[in-house]
Amino acid sequence: MSNPAIEIAGLTKDYPVGFWRKRMRRSLDNLTLQVEEGEVFGFLGPNGAGKTTTLKLLTGLIFPTSGTARVRGRSIDDVAMHREIGYLPEQPYFYDYLTARELLDYYARFSNFSDAERKERVSRFLELVGLASAADLQLRKYSKGMLQRAGIAQAILHDPKVVFLDEPMSGLDPIGRRDVRDIILDLKKQGKTVFFSTHILSDAEMLCDRVAVLAGGKLQGVGAPGEIVSLEVHAMDILFELRAGRTLPAGLAESVTRIGGRFHMEVPEAQLYAALDELRDCDARILSVSPVRPTLEDYFLRLVNNERPVSHGVEVTAR
Amino acid sequence: MSSAPMPVAVNTFREAVRDRVLYNLVFFALLMIGAAILVGQISIGIERLVIINLGLSAISIFGLVMAIFIGVGLVSKEIEKRTLYSLLARPVRRWEFLVGKYAGLVLTLAVNTAFMTLGLGLALYYVGRPYVAADALILVAVYFILLELALVTALALFFSCFSSPMLSTLFTLGIYITGLFASDIREFGELMKNPGLKIAMRVLYYIVPNFHNFNAIGAAAHGEAIPFSVVAQNTLYAALYVALLLIGASAVFSNRNLK
Repeated sequence: MSNPAIEIAGLTKDYPVGFWRKRMRRSLDNLTLQVEEGEVFGFLGPNGAGKTTTLKLLTGLIFPTSGTARVRGRSIDDVAMHREIGYLPEQPYFYDYLTARELLDYYARFSNFSDAERKERVSRFLELVGLASAADLQLRKYSKGMLQRAGIAQAILHDPKVVFLDEPMSGLDPIGRRDVRDIILDLKKQGKTVFFSTHILSDAEMLCDRVAVLAGGKLQGVGAPGEIVSLEVHAMDILFELRAGRTLPAGLAESVTRIGGRFHMEVPEAQLYAALDELRDCDARILSVSPVRPTLEDYFLRLVNNERPVSHGVEVTAR
Repeated sequence: MSSAPMPVAVNTFREAVRDRVLYNLVFFALLMIGAAILVGQISIGIERLVIINLGLSAISIFGLVMAIFIGVGLVSKEIEKRTLYSLLARPVRRWEFLVGKYAGLVLTLAVNTAFMTLGLGLALYYVGRPYVAADALILVAVYFILLELALVTALALFFSCFSSPMLSTLFTLGIYITGLFASDIREFGELMKNPGLKIAMRVLYYIVPNFHNFNAIGAAAHGEAIPFSVVAQNTLYAALYVALLLIGASAVFSNRNLK
């Protein structure tokens, strides 16, 4: 087995608070996890969970109170480690007097590319993130989504082996989110390790080999997305239409909600087939049947309330 | 030596240019033109003295305002706007970032000062006399102003590594003004009877940069020669202070959490 791309051991961060800065507030509590080479790793958690703190520790922007971390075998204190990483900060803001082309050119200058290679890379990555047509526009004229794209471009411009993305989908429209998903999948194809934080469950499910869930600065679990956040399916949602002149069976009437010309019903998973039989008897047209799972918000809420989620038949590394 | 400070310096210079910082040159040019016309009308025989005094003082004041107000924002603005985050995730050491920012602002000040000196030269030409050998002293005075600005920038940068822009401005201005009167502080201390205060004044004298040493405006205006030893001494003095301040700033900033 290859060496882990990221090894975090007991990483803890306390911030002094109060006027005299004598009290300490723990932002991250004894985080230990490993991310393998080539993995797309999602870091999930509600606001204030410690996601950004972790990313800032790993990129050397803040210093741990205790614990260590290594990226591709190099300590996070080692400046050479920074050659291996790319980083997109949360809600990135760049020098707004620069154009996107100048911004990327600026960052590329820290990577020892020749002039020709630097120019070629800048153009290629502007194209990749869909900013080629706005490349020579000052960033102060950019929308939030465009800034996010410029941020992603600077994070991967120098071909880093490990890419840290803090909320990369934030502020993007659906097309932008799809583009970022494609970029992440492309990075995975190239064998890069991608470590990203997100609130968006569907992105994590779609992209990640594994996810970690953080709440209150503590790691709650690590595993495949389905293991961690899909949780038990505790109900089924049925959407259907009734043909003209037909009425709902009396047994179902109470559990059905009418939305326009359609009906919507939530039944326990065990009663799904019985409900479908009743709907068939009244000649209903079934439009969709989908599992009802807790939303990510529900899941986070449980974590915040220290109520551990139950996962069925799934091994979850809980801390 | 790492090459990382270079792009940071160039970017800092570019920021100043694009943020129209050098527009102050327009005001300076207007001031010089106005002064030259006015002096030509009212002073007989002392045009040179007035123009040089006025011009060099304006160069110094314009430069000081820029050095302090841009200097205190060099680091804090980058932290506040979080533009620093993606940069420090690169293989850039924090001291390299500081040196780059410092060099960028000093470059901006040097370009600004060079243009203002040119304006002063043109104003002198306008008041209708050929240049004389003593005019070279203006360049020495300008060089001293640049040394002074380099030192003030280092002070502003140092304070901005651990305090807010407002406090950094106050600290820098406070030290600058104290430094202008460094010799007086020493003499004042010698007159004191309390040995504790005497020592405190002496310590203050040695800690605070003596900005009075960099004032050669009067000498340039009156055509008094400035010995090379003074030029060398001032250069070394400023270089030493700047180095110490940059080392101090790096030590503070390298351990700072960028929250």
